[in-house]
Amino acid sequence: MNNIIQFASKLIKSLATNTASEVHRFNGGVHPNEHKQESTTRPIAQLPIPETLTLPLRQHVGYIPKLKVKVGDYVLKGEMLAEAEGTVSAAIHAPTSGTITAIAEAVIPHPSGLPDMCVTLTPDGKEQWKPLTPVDWKNTAHSELITSLRASGIVGLGGATFPTHIKLRKDGSAAIHTLIINAAECEPYITCDDMLMRERAEEITQGIAIAQHLLGAAKVVIGIEDNKPEAAQAMSAASQALANAAVTTVPTLYPSGDARRLIHLLLGVEVPHHKRATEVGIQVFNVATVLAIYRYFMFGEPSVSRIVTVTGNVASPQNFEVLLGTPMPLLMAAAGGAKPDTTHFVMGGPMMGFDLPSLNVPVTKAANCIIAASPALFAPPPPAQPCIRCTRCADACPVNLQPQELYWFAKSDNFEKARDYNLFDCIECGCCTYVCPSNIPLVQYYRYAKSEIIALDKAKEAADLARERNDFRLARIEREKLDRAQKHAERAANARNREANPELAESDKAASNASAVEAKKAAIAAAVERAKTLKLAAANNDAASTSTSTDQPAPAEPSSAEIKLDSDAQAKIDKKALIAAAMERAKAQKLAAAQAGAAPKNTENLSAKVKAEIDEIEAIRTKAQQMVKNKAPD
Amino acid sequence: MNRSPYITDAPSVSMIMLKVLLALVPGIMAYTWVYGGGILLSLTLATITALITEAAILKIRQRPIVPSLADLSAVVTAWLLALALPPLAPWWLVVVGTLFAIAIAKQLYGGLGYNPFNPAMVGYAVLLISFPVIMTKWPAPLELATTPLGWAEQFNLILGGVLPTGVPMDAVTSATPLDYLKTQRMLQQEVEAISQAPIFGHFGAKGGEIVTAAYLFGGLYLLQQRIISWHLPTAFIAALALISFIFNLVEPSQFAGPSLHLMAGATMLCAFFIITDPVSGPTTPKGKLYFAAGAGVLTYVIRVYGGYPDGVAFAVLIMNMCVPLIDAHTQPRVFGHKR
Repeated sequence: MNNIIQFASKLIKSLATNTASEVHRFNGGVHPNEHKQESTTRPIAQLPIPETLTLPLRQHVGYIPKLKVKVGDYVLKGEMLAEAEGTVSAAIHAPTSGTITAIAEAVIPHPSGLPDMCVTLTPDGKEQWKPLTPVDWKNTAHSELITSLRASGIVGLGGATFPTHIKLRKDGSAAIHTLIINAAECEPYITCDDMLMRERAEEITQGIAIAQHLLGAAKVVIGIEDNKPEAAQAMSAASQALANAAVTTVPTLYPSGDARRLIHLLLGVEVPHHKRATEVGIQVFNVATVLAIYRYFMFGEPSVSRIVTVTGNVASPQNFEVLLGTPMPLLMAAAGGAKPDTTHFVMGGPMMGFDLPSLNVPVTKAANCIIAASPALFAPPPPAQPCIRCTRCADACPVNLQPQELYWFAKSDNFEKARDYNLFDCIECGCCTYVCPSNIPLVQYYRYAKSEIIALDKAKEAADLARERNDFRLARIEREKLDRAQKHAERAANARNREANPELAESDKAASNASAVEAKKAAIAAAVERAKTLKLAAANNDAASTSTSTDQPAPAEPSSAEIKLDSDAQAKIDKKALIAAAMERAKAQKLAAAQAGAAPKNTENLSAKVKAEIDEIEAIRTKAQQMVKNKAPD
Repeated sequence: MNRSPYITDAPSVSMIMLKVLLALVPGIMAYTWVYGGGILLSLTLATITALITEAAILKIRQRPIVPSLADLSAVVTAWLLALALPPLAPWWLVVVGTLFAIAIAKQLYGGLGYNPFNPAMVGYAVLLISFPVIMTKWPAPLELATTPLGWAEQFNLILGGVLPTGVPMDAVTSATPLDYLKTQRMLQQEVEAISQAPIFGHFGAKGGEIVTAAYLFGGLYLLQQRIISWHLPTAFIAALALISFIFNLVEPSQFAGPSLHLMAGATMLCAFFIITDPVSGPTTPKGKLYFAAGAGVLTYVIRVYGGYPDGVAFAVLIMNMCVPLIDAHTQPRVFGHKR
């Protein structure tokens, strides 16, 4: 009896929260057939450990993690296989105990269909965890928690796969006042978050508490579409334990699960297009992600599994808790197998998902849903017809863009105009294509235009840099030329003066004869010194390109240029001195060679001048080689 | 490969055009009832001409013919033009007009989706300028005609220019209210006196107002089906009503009131079927309001001060020219951008 009263009061409470909270609608949106019923009739099932697990190193947004294991290593469940490298990166862990049997490229579930580096693990079936160390998150410094979380491998499990530890940092931007839990799950077919909330609301709530603590957020709003009453009820009941948290149901209208749309729905706040939500004090987490945070801090378990919805053209659609790296055919088999008319497999939902290159790819952190597709389910689009500017797309656009104009600009490669019309605000949700009477693949046009613009921007940046560099070079050459001309002019003037006043010149000569020799010597020394420093600088600059510095005597170039700046006479003297020095060295070398009995025969009967030249070149080369040896890395 | 979304839920272009045609049916039925069966021959001639012209030009342009014909856009153009023309005009008038509308105003610009001007109105304007006498010879409603013509007699008139023996042309035609108003106003008659003429009905033209009401009915169906947006008809009707109301208020003896302007001429056909052509119209919600209001005001100005009794065609064409400007200056605020 008491239970019934409790339940009733809870129900009333949850209903009260539902009706009391108002939502702020965004423009457009679509409501496709949900197809969620199929996969919510059965509970989440555990998939047995497969015979092999293939773990792509790149399962997240950001840098590829650094591999820590090699083939043949035995690893325990939860052991780190690759560690996060760089700021935006996430670690990869062994989903079960076993042996690393391969580290090679394999096809991964990515729209490109390109292979990427994967670690193959052969499980030993023991499921032996590494020693797990829970984290006392209530009494640990924030920075330590973030560092710890960096090793957890947790990424956004809603599909975005952005490393979670970065989202929990306190990086000097505005303090977070509201934590939004994204449980909208607006894409048709996908039910992994729904089922997770139904079955593990308590754990999710505890994860929310940790995230709230880490962010210092005063308020928590859990946004759930109104087509998931069971989940909303479970979350309402569980979130009673939280401080200042509320479940708000939002109308079932795709794409309400888009972070910016959800923030607007729940809080009435439009995050400015050039800002992140965190800059206005809001952070958004997916339910599965906070659950992973909870598992990590409470039990020390890193990210080794996820819930995947297997649905569509399969015998018994269902959600599975799957070890990361599990081959997808096993998943398909667990759902009763794909029906015979299945033509391909889609990862993600029907609005934003993509064709898997093949079913023989592993489950990754991004794999929220696998749909077996058939022509009956996803009819191939009829041929595109001309746009009649009916603006159904504009009416459906949740960003309030003018898709028909963007299409026109993208089609005519008028990229500047497309950018002006805010192409980069497009979230590629597909609402425009969904409602287009002319069957125009609008989103594909936007993806194309975006990639073209990005490529053009990159090319332009490179060109700008090159132009800048060239301008600088031309300016330097011009400056050097002017300097030289000035010096020539000065010298010519001096000479004329001397010719005009021979006595003056004579006395001048007499007076400065002794000191002139000294000065010249000093000048030569200075020139040599300069040349040396220049050489050193050049060598430093060229440290990477060894071939350049060995093939052409690059260090000699700046030195000769520098010498030219001084008087011709000085240059001549310098050259003579160099030749003399080289001849000295050549003689010594010859002697050494003669002593060693290995004198090169073809250089014996050459004139002294040629020999001197050869020796000079030889000297420069050895010097350059020496320099390369000293300066080149390794 | 990323080719999402995999699902769509949209009526085809053909379905949209078919619904437009369907929405015209009540108007056509009323037309037939009021003026006789001649309009059906005009519609048939226009449809055949439009389809043949479209097919021929597509062949020349080496474009697929069947999908373009199947989108029914040519038929819509043909019907709108035929309904805008005097129904007993000779057969070649409707043929020439349709030919021009499809070949020049539509296909020469690149076919469906590319024409900056409403093809039906271009066809209408060309005919009005080229054959002003025929274009202003409207049949009297059957109930007012001294000698009402049967369907066969109307067909004979259209195809062969032959009237039944002993029936003069004047016996089957009469001035339209807007035309009559204009000529009588030139003779310094007052509106009150003018509208006592038998050609005036309760609101607009006797008989004609039934057709207009039928267009309104069809238009409401299009609104209900979400084929057209409310912005265009509402702004057009509101602007026309407001400006005629103000003029009528200031000088009732010189200017007719809103009821005549709304229920006479091509007002409702224009409001729901002509300015709602998406291709040659604006795309932004605010732009649609400006466009339609502009067309409403221009229609009134041309009716009252222009050289033609009705101003719909020129008003629409002038506003068509302004569409790029209107669109450029009425871009809605994008989510997350400054208010």
